[in-house]
Amino acid sequence: MANFSKSNAPQFSMDVYQNEYLPEGGREVNAIVTVTSTGGGTIGSAVAAPHLWSAEQGPSAAVALMVDCSGSMDYPPTKMRNARDATAAAIDTLRDGVHFAVIGGTHVAKEVYPGNGRLAVADATTRDQAKQALRKLSAGGGTAIGTWLRLADRLLSSAEVAIRHGILLTDGRNEHESPEDLKASLDACAGRFTCDARGVGTDWEVKEVTGIASALLGTSDIVADPAGLAADFTQMMEAAMGKEVADVALRVWTPVGTTIKFVKQVAPTVEELTGRRTEAGPRAGDYPTGSWGDESRDYHVCVEVPVANIGQEMLAARVSLVVPQPDGSTQNLGAQGLVRAVWTDDMVASTSINPQVAHYTGQAELAQAIQQGLDLRKAGDIDGATAKLGRAVQLANNSGNADTAKLLSKVVDVVDATTGTVRLKAKVEEADEMTLETRSTKTVRVKK
Amino acid sequence: MSQMPQLSACPSCEWPLESGDRFCGACGYDLSAVPARPDDSPTIAMNGAPPGGPWPEVPHPPAEVHLPADLQGTESGEHALPPSGPVVGSPVSPVSGVRFDRSPEPDEYVLQAPDPRVAAGPPTPAEGTKVCVACRAGRVDDDGYCENCGHAQPRERDHMEQEAGPIAAVSDRGLRHHRNEDAFTLGTSVLPDGSPATFAVVCDGVSSATRPDDASLAASRAAADALLAALPQGTHPQQAMHEAIVSASRAVNSLAAEPATAREHQPHQNAPACTIVGSIVTPSLLVVGWVGDSRVYWVPTDRSSPPARLTEDDSWAAQMVAAGLMNEAEAYADERAHAITGWLGADAYELDPHTASFKPDRPGVVVVCTDGLWNYAEAADEMAEAVPADAAARPLHTARVLVGHALDGGGHDNVTVAVVPFPTPPQGAGSA
Repeated sequence: MANFSKSNAPQFSMDVYQNEYLPEGGREVNAIVTVTSTGGGTIGSAVAAPHLWSAEQGPSAAVALMVDCSGSMDYPPTKMRNARDATAAAIDTLRDGVHFAVIGGTHVAKEVYPGNGRLAVADATTRDQAKQALRKLSAGGGTAIGTWLRLADRLLSSAEVAIRHGILLTDGRNEHESPEDLKASLDACAGRFTCDARGVGTDWEVKEVTGIASALLGTSDIVADPAGLAADFTQMMEAAMGKEVADVALRVWTPVGTTIKFVKQVAPTVEELTGRRTEAGPRAGDYPTGSWGDESRDYHVCVEVPVANIGQEMLAARVSLVVPQPDGSTQNLGAQGLVRAVWTDDMVASTSINPQVAHYTGQAELAQAIQQGLDLRKAGDIDGATAKLGRAVQLANNSGNADTAKLLSKVVDVVDATTGTVRLKAKVEEADEMTLETRSTKTVRVKK
Repeated sequence: MSQMPQLSACPSCEWPLESGDRFCGACGYDLSAVPARPDDSPTIAMNGAPPGGPWPEVPHPPAEVHLPADLQGTESGEHALPPSGPVVGSPVSPVSGVRFDRSPEPDEYVLQAPDPRVAAGPPTPAEGTKVCVACRAGRVDDDGYCENCGHAQPRERDHMEQEAGPIAAVSDRGLRHHRNEDAFTLGTSVLPDGSPATFAVVCDGVSSATRPDDASLAASRAAADALLAALPQGTHPQQAMHEAIVSASRAVNSLAAEPATAREHQPHQNAPACTIVGSIVTPSLLVVGWVGDSRVYWVPTDRSSPPARLTEDDSWAAQMVAAGLMNEAEAYADERAHAITGWLGADAYELDPHTASFKPDRPGVVVVCTDGLWNYAEAADEMAEAVPADAAARPLHTARVLVGHALDGGGHDNVTVAVVPFPTPPQGAGSA
C-alpha cells in the first residue's frame, strides 16, 4: 500500500459554501463542498519536471492501455496509424518504475505487451519494446469492450501498487457483447481501477464511452480527428502520472431523521454519485471519487432535515474524505466540512441563495438540458429540442460557460443568448453534435 | 444671588470647582442656584450637560437626553416639578416635601416566575459524558453537535450569569435566535478617595453584520478594561465612560481586519458591529453612556417615586420622534423602528458616544439592558413593574426575573440585563 506519511503525499482541504439559514418549516439544506488537494506532485509534471518523479519518489502505479483494433479502425487507415502513434506517445510519458501493459481490443482482448499475464516495469528498454510491439497491431474483428476491461483488471491487480489506471480508446459501438455484459464488466471493475475513455472518429456511441468513464471515475472525450490522438494521450497519461492517492471516498454523515436527496460532483464535470453510496457505519455513507493528484473538485450535497423550531441549529451533514483499507478500516485524510441548518425568522437571511449553490444548480441543469435537447432532436421533436437547447444556451451564457456555449452554437443558431432564443441548425456536423453531447457535463466554476 | 455657596465640586456632575465660579466649567450648571444642601433631603439633579459646556477631553459634549420633567421629583430648588402626566392623588412626603406622582399602592407586585431553566441552577453541563440535550441519546462530538440527531448543543454564551459584589447580570439566547450575540461585563473599582465604584457594560451584536457575537464580546471587554484603568486614577466617571466607549469602538473596528473563520461563509460579509450601553455608580453619581439602542432604566426602590429611562436610542424611531415627524406610537409601529442609526464597528459613519450624569436623590436600581428586554417593557413604568421590589438587595435574582419576563413575552431576541443598585450597598451586604 502507499505510505501516505511520505512528505509528497497531498494535503486535502475542504470548504463548505452554503446558506445555512432556513425559514420556519424549511427542510432542504444545500451546500457546495470544495475539495482541494495540494502539496503533492503537479499534474503534467511527469515530463516537464522529471526530477520530481524519480522511481523512488512517485507513488507506485500501474497503467493499462486498451487500444481498439476492430476492423473499422482501418477506415480510414490513418486511424490505426494515429492510434499506434498516440499509444507510443502515452508510453513515452510513463515515468520510470510504473507498471504497464498494452491491450489490443476486438471482440476479444489480446495482450500486446508484455504478454503472459504480466505487467512490464517502465524503463528505456521496456518502453522501446512496447513501441516495437505496437507495430504488430492490425485491424480486424469486432468490439466487446467488456472483455478489454476484464483483462485490464486482471493485469492491473497482479501488481502491488497504489494507483491503478486504464486508458481506453474505441472507434465503434460495442456490438459484440450485450449492454448487460458491458454493465456487468463495469460493475466488476468499479473501484478496482480508474479509467479514462476516448472515442475516436464519429462512429462510436457517446453514452457508452461516457458511461465507461463515469463508472470507472475517469474522464471521457471525443477525438474526432485521429490526428489529435497523440496529444490527447500524452495529456491523459500526464494526468494519470500526477495521481497520488487512489480510492478516495467522500464520506457523508447525516443525523437521525435526515435523508440525503443527492450527492453529485459538479466540477470539473457533473457526475451523479447518489446511487453509488456504500454504507460506512451508522448514518454514514461513502461516495467514490477515484484517485487524486493536485486538483480541486466541487460536490453538491443536498439533504432533507427534520423541521425544527426557529432559533434551533443542527448539523445537517458532516463531510470528510477517507480511503477505505483492504482490512475494512479506513484512513481519514483529515479534511472535514460541516453542513449546518439554522432556522430563523429573518426572511432576508433564509431566502437568499448561496451563489455557489445557485451556480452549480444552473450547471447541472445545463448538462441536463443539452442531453435532453439532443435526445429530442434525434427523436425528431424539433420544438422540444429547440426549447431545451435554447435553455442550455441561456444557462451557458449566464454562467460564463464559454466552452459549452461555443459547442452549442455549432448545433443551434443563437438568436438571443440572454433569453435563450435559438433555431436548430438544418445541417449539423456529426462530430459537433457528439462533441457537445460528450462534453455537456463539463462545468465552469463560479465567476469571481 | 449675593451669597455664593462655597462648593468644592459641581452639584450636578462633581466637576472640581474653583472659588468664584458662577457656572460649572464642565456642565454649565448654574452654581448661583445651589441652595445650602439640606442634610435630610439631597437634591435630584437630572441634567446632562447643556451644549457649550465641554469636558476638556470630550470632543462632543454629552447630549442632553431628556428634560427634567421626564423624571418627576424635585428640582434642585426643592420646588415640585410640574407633573407630565395625569396626577392621581399625589401625597406629599412629610419628610422631604417631595411630591410623588403615584397613587399609594400596596407594596406588592406581581412578579414573573423565574425562568425554570434559571431556577434549576447554573446550566453548566455535567463533565465527562456529554449527552445530547435534544434527543438525550447521542454523544456530543468535538464540534458541539449531537452524533445522533445533529442538534447543536447549548454553548457557553447561550445563558450566562454573573454576580460581582453588589451587582449582577444575566444574558440569555432567547427563544428565537440560534446563538447569543449579546455580551456583558461587570466590574468594581475604587476611586482615588477610597469610595467604591461599580459598573456594568452591555453590548448587543448587530445580527445583520458578520460575527456579531465577537463584536459584542470585544466591545464589552474593552470598555471594562478602560473603566478599570481610568476610574482608580481619578478620571471623572463621565469622561471615563466616554473613553471606554471609544476604546470599545476601536476593539470592534479591529475585528473587521481579521479574517472570518473558515466555518463562517456568510452570503454577505460586512464589518462586525454592536451596540454598547454602560453605567457607572459612585457614591454620589450615576453615569450612563451608550451608542445604539441598548438602554438604561432607573427604578427607585420606593415605587411611589417615578422610574425613568436614562438613554435615548440611536434608532430610526427615536430620530423620527426627535425630529417631530412622527409621534412615538406611530414611530415604534413602523417596521423600521428598530433600525439603529448609531453603532460600534468599522462601518459606522461617525462615532458619537452619548454620556450623561445623574444624581439620584433616593436609592434604587439601574437596569442596563438590550432591546431583548425592553421590547417587552418599553416604558419606564412597565420596566419598573417587572423589577422586583427587593431588586437592590437581590440583583442576580432581579436580573433572572427580568430575563424571564422577556422569555415569557416571546424571547424574540437575545436578552441581557445588568442590575446595579444605587447607592452601592456596603460590601458584605450583597444579595441574600
